[in-house]
Amino acid sequence: MSGTIIITGNHAVSYGAWSSRVRFVAAYPITPQTTIVEMLSDFVNTGKMKAEFMTVESEHSAAAAVMGAESTGVRSFTATSSHGLLYMSEVVHWIARSRLPVVMVVVNRAIAPPWSIWTELLDTMTHRDAGWIQVYVSNNQEAYDMVIQSYRLSEMKRVSMPTMICMDGFILSHTFAPVTVHTPEETDEFLPSYSPLWKIDPENPFSLGNMATPDYYYEFSYLMHEAHENAKKLFNNVDKEFERFSGRSHGGKVHGYMLDDSESVILAMGTLSEEVMVAIDNLRKRGEKVGALKVRLFRPFPAEEISKALEDKEFALILDRSLSYGYEGQLATETKAALHTSGIETPVINMITGLGGRDVTYKEIEKFHGLAKKKVSSEKGPFKPIFIQLKR
Amino acid sequence: MGKEIKTVKDIPLQELLLPGHVACAGCGMAISVRHVLKILGGNTVVTVPACCLSVIQGLFPKTAVAVPLKNVPFASAAAVASGLKAGFRLQGKELNVVAIAGDGGTYDIGLQALSGAVERGEDIIYFCYDNQAYMNTGIQRSGATPYGAWTTTTPKGKKERRKDLGLMMIANGATYVATVNPSFPMDFYGKFLKAEEKKGPRVLIGYSVCPPGWRYTPELSIELGKLAVQTGAWILWEFEEGVFRFTGYSKRLAEGKAKRKPIELYLEPQGRFRNVLRDPEKLKALKRGINERWRVYRKIAEVYSSSTPG
Ligand SMILES: Cc1ncc(C[n+]2csc(CCOP(=O)(O)OP(=O)(O)O)c2C)c(N)n1
Ligand code: SF4
Ligand SMILES: [Mg+2]
Repeated sequence: MSGTIIITGNHAVSYGAWSSRVRFVAAYPITPQTTIVEMLSDFVNTGKMKAEFMTVESEHSAAAAVMGAESTGVRSFTATSSHGLLYMSEVVHWIARSRLPVVMVVVNRAIAPPWSIWTELLDTMTHRDAGWIQVYVSNNQEAYDMVIQSYRLSEMKRVSMPTMICMDGFILSHTFAPVTVHTPEETDEFLPSYSPLWKIDPENPFSLGNMATPDYYYEFSYLMHEAHENAKKLFNNVDKEFERFSGRSHGGKVHGYMLDDSESVILAMGTLSEEVMVAIDNLRKRGEKVGALKVRLFRPFPAEEISKALEDKEFALILDRSLSYGYEGQLATETKAALHTSGIETPVINMITGLGGRDVTYKEIEKFHGLAKKKVSSEKGPFKPIFIQLKR
Repeated sequence: MGKEIKTVKDIPLQELLLPGHVACAGCGMAISVRHVLKILGGNTVVTVPACCLSVIQGLFPKTAVAVPLKNVPFASAAAVASGLKAGFRLQGKELNVVAIAGDGGTYDIGLQALSGAVERGEDIIYFCYDNQAYMNTGIQRSGATPYGAWTTTTPKGKKERRKDLGLMMIANGATYVATVNPSFPMDFYGKFLKAEEKKGPRVLIGYSVCPPGWRYTPELSIELGKLAVQTGAWILWEFEEGVFRFTGYSKRLAEGKAKRKPIELYLEPQGRFRNVLRDPEKLKALKRGINERWRVYRKIAEVYSSSTPG
C-alpha cells in the first residue's frame, strides 16, 4: 500500500529506485550523496529490493558497471555528486552515446578547490551537453516522483536516453519532509517492466561502438538529438500520466507561478525556485505584479515554454546558482537564446546567487527583484551578470 | 565446458575472429584473440577498451568479430565486464564474459578497475594481450614496456623495469592467473580451458608480438614468441588454488631440464632493443633483470608449491 513517510531527499530517491524495481545498482560514496546508496545497499541486503548492489572502487567504475548491466537489458541506477560526477564524466558520455536509459541522481555540490560540500549546480551544468535528459527538482516528493517518471520517459523506445536527476545538496538531500511512497506492485501500473531498444545477446551478436568514419558519426549524433526532441514532446504526457496514477503533477517542463497577470518573472531552478515562490507571495502582498517560472527540464531545453512565459513581460530576473566563468549563469544564457529565437525582446537581468551553498533567502530575493526593476527602468542595457551576493 | 584439446587437431574449426579484420601482418594480438574466441565459443560476450583491438574490428557498420562485443572507455574494461556479468546473472543467463585489453588498458589506466573487480571476486575472464607499449597511439611506453626497449617516449630505451602484473594479480586474490604465449598454442588452449571451467576473477596475461612496435619483420612473429620463452625473457606459469606452477618450456627451464638460450637471440631481431645491444652495461642490466624475475618466481613456486599444507 502506498503511504506517506517522513524522509530525507536522499532517502526519497532510494525509495524511488525501490518503487521502480531497479535490478542493478553500482555506486561510490561521496557527500552528500552517500545516504542514497547506503539505504539501497540496505534494501538489497534485507531482500526488500531484488537487485544486485556492486560496491565498486570508483565512480568511473560505477558508471562503467551500470553501463554493462544496462547493456544486458537490466534496469540500472547510480547516484553521485560533484567530484564523483566529474570523475565518471567519460562514462557519462558513453552511456548516453550507447543510448542506454540509465537513471542517475546527482546531488549537486560545489567543486573544489577550496573544498566545499554545499550546493551549487556547476557539476551538472558542465554535463549539460553529455546527452542526458536533465531534470532539476526542488522538493523531496518531486525527487521521489522523478526517479519513477524518469525510467518511464528514458525507457520509451523513441527516447532511449539516460536521465540525470539533479537535486541540491543538503537543502534537499539531508532535509526531512513527508513523501508519499508507492510499492513496486502499485508502481507497476505506471511503470512497465523494461523492454530495451537493444541489448547484448549471444543469440543475436553485434559489435557496439566500433570505429565509425565521418560518414556515419554525424547521424549518430543527430539521432541523439532526435531522441531529445521526442523526450521534449513526451515529458508533459508522462507528467500527466503520473498524475492519473498518483494524483501528483509537478507542472511539466516548466512550472509557472502567478504568471498570468505578472509584469515581471523570476526564473530559477532547483530549491532556489521554491524560495522564489515565497518571495513572490510577499511581493504580491505589497502589490508587486510578479510571477515565477521554475525550470524543471534543462535538457532537452523547453525554449518554447520559457519564451511563451516571458513574452510581453517588462523584464525577467534569472537567478543562477552556477556560473560559466567569463560569461554569465547558464540558465540566463539559455533563456536569452530562446527569447532571441522567438523574436522576443523582454529584457533579462541575470544574478549569480548561492555559489558554494551561500544561503539565498526569500527576503534577499525580494530585494533582488527591486534592484532588477530599478535597473531595467533606468538603464538601457546590455545587462551584464550581477554578482549580487559578492562581499566587497 | 567438457571440451578437450589434446593436439592441434582438436582445436575448434569455428572462426569467431573473421577474415577482414585489419590487424597488421604478424600481429600477436590477432592470433591470440582468434584462439581465445575459438576456445570460449559463441556463448561469449566480449568487452574491449581503447586499444589496437578496438580498431582492428573494422569500421562501422561492419565488424570482424562474430560474438557480441561492446567497446568501452579505456580505463573501464573490468568494471563493464563486472556489470555485464551481473546483468546476465540477474536474468539467469550463463555465459562467458571476457574483457580483452592491451597492456596500457591493464597495467596502467585500467589497473584500478581490474584490481577492484578482482578484489570483489567478479566472475569474469580478463585477458590482457601484452604487446608492451601503447601501440594504438603510435608506440609509447607503458608500465609493461621492458627495460631498455625503445618507444617514441623512451627514445634512448626505457630506464625502468616493467611492472609485474601476474604477481599483482596473485596478491590481489584472483582465482586463476596465468601467462600465455600463442607460439605455444597447446599451453595457451589448456590454460583458457581451465579458466573457462573456473569461477571468479581469472586473469590471463598474453605475450603479444607487434612487428611495427617492436621493429622486426612479421614473418618472425611465431619464432620470436618461442625465443622469448626459450631465453627466459617470458615465463610461462599458472597460479590456481594456492598453487604456482611453471608450465611448458618454462617448466623445463625451472627444473633444469633445459638451458636458457642466450638472450641476444631474442633481442637481436628486434629494433627496439638496439640501444641495449650497443651498450654492454645496459645489456648486463637487462640480463640482471631477467635473472631477478626468475629468482622471484622460483621463490614463489617454492612458497606456493603443491606440497605446502593448507
Ligand atoms: C582516457 C583515454 N586516454 C587516452 C586514450 C588514447 N589511447 C587510446 S588506445 C591507447 C593506448 C592503448 O595501449 P594498450 O592498452 O597497450 O593497447 P595497444 O594499443 O597496445 O593494443 C591510448 C593512450 C583514450 N582512448 N582514452
Ligand atoms: S600495431 Fe601491433 S598490436 Fe596493433 S595491430 Fe599492429 S601488430 Fe597488432
Ligand atoms: Mg599495448
